[in-house]
Amino acid sequence: MKQSADQVLGTIAGTWIVARREIRDQLRDWRILTPIIILTLFFPLLMNFTAQQAVDFVTRYGAPIIGDRLIPFLLLIVGFFPISISMVIALESFAGERERLSLEPLLATPLTDSQLYLGKMVASLVPPLGAAYLGISVYLVGLALRIDWRPPPQLLLQVLMLTTIQAIVMVSGAVVISSLTTSVRAANLLASFIIIPVAQLIIGESVIMFWARYEVLWWIVVALSLIALVFVRMGLRLFNREELLGKEIDVIDLRWAWQRFWRAFRNGAMTPIEWYKDVLTSSLPSAKWAILITTCILAVGYVIGLQLAETFTLPIDLVNLDAIGEALKNPELSFGSLPGLDWRWVLYNNVRALALATFLGAFSLGVLAEILLMVPIGIIGYFAGNVALAGGDTLYFLAALVLPHGVLEVPAAIIAGAAILRLGLAALSVPKGESLGESWLKSLAEWARIGIGLVLPLLICAAAVEVFITPRIAVWLLAG
Amino acid sequence: MVLIETHDLTKHFGTLAAVEGVSLRVEAGEILALLGPNGAGKTTTIRMLASILRPTRGTAQINGFDVVQEPIEVRRSVGFLTEHHGLYTRMRPQEYLEFFGSTHKLATNVIRERTVDLLAQYGLSEASELRLGQFSKGMRQKLILIRALLHDPAVLLLDEPTSAMDPSSAHMVRESISGLRSANRAIVVCTHNLNEAEMLADTIAIILRGRIIALGTPKELKQKLLGDPVMELRLAGSLDGGLRCLPPEIKTLDTGKNWLRYQVAQPEIVNPKVLQAMTEAGVKVVTLSEVERSLEDVYLQVIAEGENNPGREG
Repeated sequence: MKQSADQVLGTIAGTWIVARREIRDQLRDWRILTPIIILTLFFPLLMNFTAQQAVDFVTRYGAPIIGDRLIPFLLLIVGFFPISISMVIALESFAGERERLSLEPLLATPLTDSQLYLGKMVASLVPPLGAAYLGISVYLVGLALRIDWRPPPQLLLQVLMLTTIQAIVMVSGAVVISSLTTSVRAANLLASFIIIPVAQLIIGESVIMFWARYEVLWWIVVALSLIALVFVRMGLRLFNREELLGKEIDVIDLRWAWQRFWRAFRNGAMTPIEWYKDVLTSSLPSAKWAILITTCILAVGYVIGLQLAETFTLPIDLVNLDAIGEALKNPELSFGSLPGLDWRWVLYNNVRALALATFLGAFSLGVLAEILLMVPIGIIGYFAGNVALAGGDTLYFLAALVLPHGVLEVPAAIIAGAAILRLGLAALSVPKGESLGESWLKSLAEWARIGIGLVLPLLICAAAVEVFITPRIAVWLLAG
Repeated sequence: MVLIETHDLTKHFGTLAAVEGVSLRVEAGEILALLGPNGAGKTTTIRMLASILRPTRGTAQINGFDVVQEPIEVRRSVGFLTEHHGLYTRMRPQEYLEFFGSTHKLATNVIRERTVDLLAQYGLSEASELRLGQFSKGMRQKLILIRALLHDPAVLLLDEPTSAMDPSSAHMVRESISGLRSANRAIVVCTHNLNEAEMLADTIAIILRGRIIALGTPKELKQKLLGDPVMELRLAGSLDGGLRCLPPEIKTLDTGKNWLRYQVAQPEIVNPKVLQAMTEAGVKVVTLSEVERSLEDVYLQVIAEGENNPGREG
């Protein structure tokens, strides 16, 4: 206990050593000070003026609500502008030191990786955040003096928290980028991965503020806090002295990438049978936690579908099992006879959906992939809920229309979802001594092993069953 | 006491073998020069010794600490003079040194005392009010040497300490390094300056393509690689008389109008015989001295052999 307390205190002390020097250095740099001063003092006064003009204008035309909504929105903007500088400082943190050749002496000190990373983060945060708080204060004092407006305490707290957490999200992401690139230019280019989502976030927050649904801002605070935690953890995990110093140039080495991928994909197997055994005995068990999480998420999707059925109930005719059975007697509707609808078409659609999930999951820590996979399961839940509301037997519905191919397709979706989740989270679990690229290629290889070895065969079988067997079972069960 | 010990130290960057199987021992009080052309693996080796790069294979211990298992202790034991100054140009020397001193957990008053002493010792006291951006190259080099010494490290790793310096600054830095030799400290100097290596080092390791291809004291290397000492005999008159009376076991290497050079394994035995023979034959000897052979000769020979025979290890 005492040891871990000492460790925490040691980390804080080392972090502060790095941060203090950087902050002192920034406060001597007019290129940083000038925008901070302007954004802290001049911009809030401009916003005061804008707010007063807007309030006067809209009041004249009997729309004071616009002014009422504009003032809190400008409060958010006054706080956001100074913190946008924090990202510029953070992007420069490691890449700049590398360019100025001052990185090696710093890396040769007995500071730990965490102290270096957190020190750079704190140094990038403190001056812009201080400026943001000061700017907000100037804006509020100006408003109090000009139009006697005072923010509700909850709104003020929300804006302060959003400003702080947005700054942490941007800075933690930017420090990761800075530590992975070889130049400030490359870091600035890669910063679009942060700037674009943050810009969209600000647009979303603006809509919420004009809509005056301030309670929604709490959800954004919670979501951003989680993202900030993930980013900080990712940064601590990815921070690597060797990568920082050893990487001299950013070149795409496709040969190296292919060799890494292929080695991980084969995993020492000499024959396809050996490889397949390895997939079953090594890859599948290592994904067990991801499989469990994905199963739970899909189950939640099913439950959400069931609940939506109560809100958006379908007409009984559409979900009456007897009516469906009657319709299935029509030979023109029997499955397999519809033009273009064969097992290859079904397989193609499933593979396409999983490819999209992989693409989205790879850049969203697996989150968007899981959401995408929830959709079809949610739709099944929605129809099952409607069948139940129409007085039908849900199990009968599932047994007739879903289960025959679902026993293959749903496990395929779960396993694929688990592999995508692991691929998306690869950046958070880079083994020590390995680069992000190496770790990601290994995860990609693992995803490919599971995809080719398990998911694809399951989907092929599921597609065949869906086209050739499910319709017969449906006719047999529902149409007598 | 061994302060630096490596065994089979190896570093690969992808498919490139930057350092391959380096084994070294440096004792307290010893200066080792790592000599080699650009890209030979000198910097990578000392970066591994400073626990900045992780070895792909092999082990290294600094002051008894393992570079992989105990990196923080290793960095505490090491003073690292980096090839590039990389100074924070808006800082003053005192605060710059305070920053690096605090990373070593030195008390503020200790840092201040040492800083004042070291700045005075290296003639930088008068520059203490200047920003580091205003420092000349020589001043910068002195300052980073002070930075490396501030925590009184057991091991000093000096990467190209005089590169790109004018002769007088380089001389001053060499003098400083020479003065750092102490009974409790081991020093490794990476350089491609042969004079510097010969002037400073007790032991020289010549490194090529990541491998140590020659290791020993300057004298040992000369003996081993250039053969036995070469003697030069200068006579007052013509050489003819002298040549006739030379003992038969002497092999002449080269001759001139009134001089000759010969190679001999045991000069302390053979030279008196030569002088006696000359005296008896009435040949007047002006001088008999050993020909100075430079480290450059050794270096060029070793590098040439290494280039022709990449598999060879020292």
